[in-house]
Amino acid sequence: MTPFAALLERLAFTPSRNAKLRLIADYLDRTPDPDRGWALAALTGDLKLRMLTPSLLRGMVEERVDAELFRLSYDFVGDLAETIALIWPGPRESDALRLSEVIETLAKTGTSDLPGLIAGWLDRLGPSERYALLKLGTGALRVGVSARLAQTALAQRHDIEADAIGEVWHGLAPPYVDLFAWLQGGPKPQSRMAAPFRPVMLATPTDADALAPLDPADFLAEWKWDGVRVQAVAEGGTRRLYTRRGEDISAAFPDLVAALEFEGVIDGELLVRRDTAVAPFGELQKRLNRKSVGRALLASHPAMLRAYDLLVWGGADLRPEPLHTRRARLQEAVTRLPAERVDLSPEVDFHDWAALDLLRAAPPDPVIEGVMLKRRESPYRAGRPKGPWFKWKREPMVVDAVLLYAQRGHGKRSGYHSDFTFGVWDQDQLVPVGKAYFGFTDAELRELDRFVRANTTDRFGPVRQVAPTLVLEVAFEGLNLSTRHKAGLAMRFPRIRRIRWDKPASEADTLDALRGLLAVS
Amino acid sequence: MIGGMDTHAPLLHPTPSGLYCPAGDFHIDPVRPVARALITHGHADHARAGHGAVLATRQTLDIMAIRYGAGFAGATQPAEGDIRLGDVAVRFHPAGHVLGSAQIAVARAGQRVVVSGDYARHPNPACAPFEPVACDLFVTEATFGLPVFRHPPPQAEVAKLLASMAAFPDRPHLIGAYALGKAQRVIALLRQAGYDAPILIHGALAKLCAYHADQGIDLGELRPATVERGRAPEGQVVIAPPSAFAATWVQRFRDPVIAQASGWMTVRARARQRGVELPLVISDHADWPELTQTIRDTGAAEVWVTHGREEALVRWCDLSGIAARPLRLVGYEDEPE
Repeated sequence: MTPFAALLERLAFTPSRNAKLRLIADYLDRTPDPDRGWALAALTGDLKLRMLTPSLLRGMVEERVDAELFRLSYDFVGDLAETIALIWPGPRESDALRLSEVIETLAKTGTSDLPGLIAGWLDRLGPSERYALLKLGTGALRVGVSARLAQTALAQRHDIEADAIGEVWHGLAPPYVDLFAWLQGGPKPQSRMAAPFRPVMLATPTDADALAPLDPADFLAEWKWDGVRVQAVAEGGTRRLYTRRGEDISAAFPDLVAALEFEGVIDGELLVRRDTAVAPFGELQKRLNRKSVGRALLASHPAMLRAYDLLVWGGADLRPEPLHTRRARLQEAVTRLPAERVDLSPEVDFHDWAALDLLRAAPPDPVIEGVMLKRRESPYRAGRPKGPWFKWKREPMVVDAVLLYAQRGHGKRSGYHSDFTFGVWDQDQLVPVGKAYFGFTDAELRELDRFVRANTTDRFGPVRQVAPTLVLEVAFEGLNLSTRHKAGLAMRFPRIRRIRWDKPASEADTLDALRGLLAVS
Repeated sequence: MIGGMDTHAPLLHPTPSGLYCPAGDFHIDPVRPVARALITHGHADHARAGHGAVLATRQTLDIMAIRYGAGFAGATQPAEGDIRLGDVAVRFHPAGHVLGSAQIAVARAGQRVVVSGDYARHPNPACAPFEPVACDLFVTEATFGLPVFRHPPPQAEVAKLLASMAAFPDRPHLIGAYALGKAQRVIALLRQAGYDAPILIHGALAKLCAYHADQGIDLGELRPATVERGRAPEGQVVIAPPSAFAATWVQRFRDPVIAQASGWMTVRARARQRGVELPLVISDHADWPELTQTIRDTGAAEVWVTHGREEALVRWCDLSGIAARPLRLVGYEDEPE
């Protein structure tokens, strides 16, 4: 447990993605099978264990510690598992209990035997390991590691594409012994899984200047819908819906999965319908990240797939075929599917870039965020190859907001205030509407940091409140209604586009103006 | 009043300026200027400038002179052996907290009170070890007076630091450590662990580090963490007071790992609030087992708790059949950061 506990500890305090990658890769390098595989599963949330409940934990600790001393301690620490890990009268240093033993034993222990088992382990483990055990048992590691991040860590260390790992990932089960054997030179694990994920092809951003030398006739244009890029796979009686990173989200979309009456693989955009129209992204968000979905939500927020591409059909791999061939097959395939669940992403007719630019600026549907340009001859290639596919996005929305708070950054931004909270006017008050931590140059970061230090009015730990005088031009991709934010709005992908040293704060935008953008986003 | 306290009340009682001994006419660690002050150690919340006369260990007097200048008090007297003050005998005993730190024993007619100041029981290469003193009334601190605080062996924390330096060889490790005591302890621990490269220190630490070296504590080669010819200081370990991390000073380092050496690093939320990437639980204060063991060691029938998490320690005393009361003295900080 000790190396795993040490890793968790480090990850919990490490904000930088690159540092996380290194910590994970180092750990996986040093740790033998099957412990490293179990650790990987625990980090990525692929470990299914019987959960320890808070009441079970409280019951356990009250047998060992005075209730009043526990209450005072819990008040101070604020986290139940952490308080128990610290207060448990166990040793300062752990004996050699292995992570694999813990997980394998937990998996075969019934609920009634759990308290005795856990207490016995807590008596053998040091505080950091006790914490790791309780967090494992309560299923709340909270170290910010996705499956993709873990795959990337492995890929970087072994010098292969993360997508190659992503491709085999779903056919594997913890503790991933085959995967590690492959990375160390063994045979590539054969996906035993039905309906596996195929790594997707992505587009690179472009603009009018970059497009100018290209021949419009070589390209097919279609709308870029503001949903979630997915891959629908139906093979051998198994149906799955994957995100573009290979996460299986079938459970959240049973309505769409039921409509996948075909044998093949379709690439498309997951959207939510509102009657016959496409609903804004915020509506789709209500269906994401669910383990199951209720009947009411299925009725009010029906899911659909807008098909972009056809990768496999009737057992034939179409990926090496040119796009125009695949598209023709797709068009035919979609006609046989229920139109309210699967339809074809329409082609956008255009003759020159200027005409397309006009269409892009004023798309026929508010849920369009730009156009996609794909070479008619392009085969379907995994990754983000430069050249065959482009995305040409609609101009972002922009608001002039006032800087309210700034927080110090980490790593390369240590010592600089680099996370900025900004607000807009609501009557005569500034209400926070978002937070941005990029979009500015290094030189601008230094200027912003200087401004923050010179205009600080209050401090809360690493956060400073500043005099509300500096206007920031904030660009963002869309707005959602949000109950989690004070202003009731949440920006998507906000970044600081310009610092308006010239503009007085009184001329910043209002909350009403921002709400006005909601209608078109 | 709690049983037994009447006999002690005349020897010592709390006042807004701090603990006062009428029979000897002195205050211990007063938080505002008084005529005669007995000072347990050099941390700023216990050792303030501007008293008429100060009695403290030689090292505490030296440290106060370094921090406040030579004229920090009207008169000073180094504490050596038994000292008669009015009707009471006073003696300073090592407290194991920082260099020069002492507990103060006050005795009269067979009654003895010990005021612990801040103290620690685990070995500290940067100061003399704590010495338990039998007494009737023990006046203790309780900075880490909750059973969740059990400090790990400091060697294990230094091992964590060295492991991080090996994992991130290209990143300087900036360790926030209080200028008096903690900084030198971290350096001495690193030296004990065999780390012999030069260590960079913030300017605020220079004089106190030099004084420690003067007193025979092996800190190895220390260099100022200054920028020369526009180049970032070279060295993988940098020690600075935590306040430096909020200043532009930290901008001279490229992609640093921010660490902090403090007993508070036990609690994750605390570490996170401070933006710490590598928490190191290294404390100059007694943890819970040390606090409770020390109370037993003194054999005191009664305990007063000066500052910190008084409630829990008083609760423990109740459960152990020891009379106890919280003093809730104002003006002492939790372990300074």
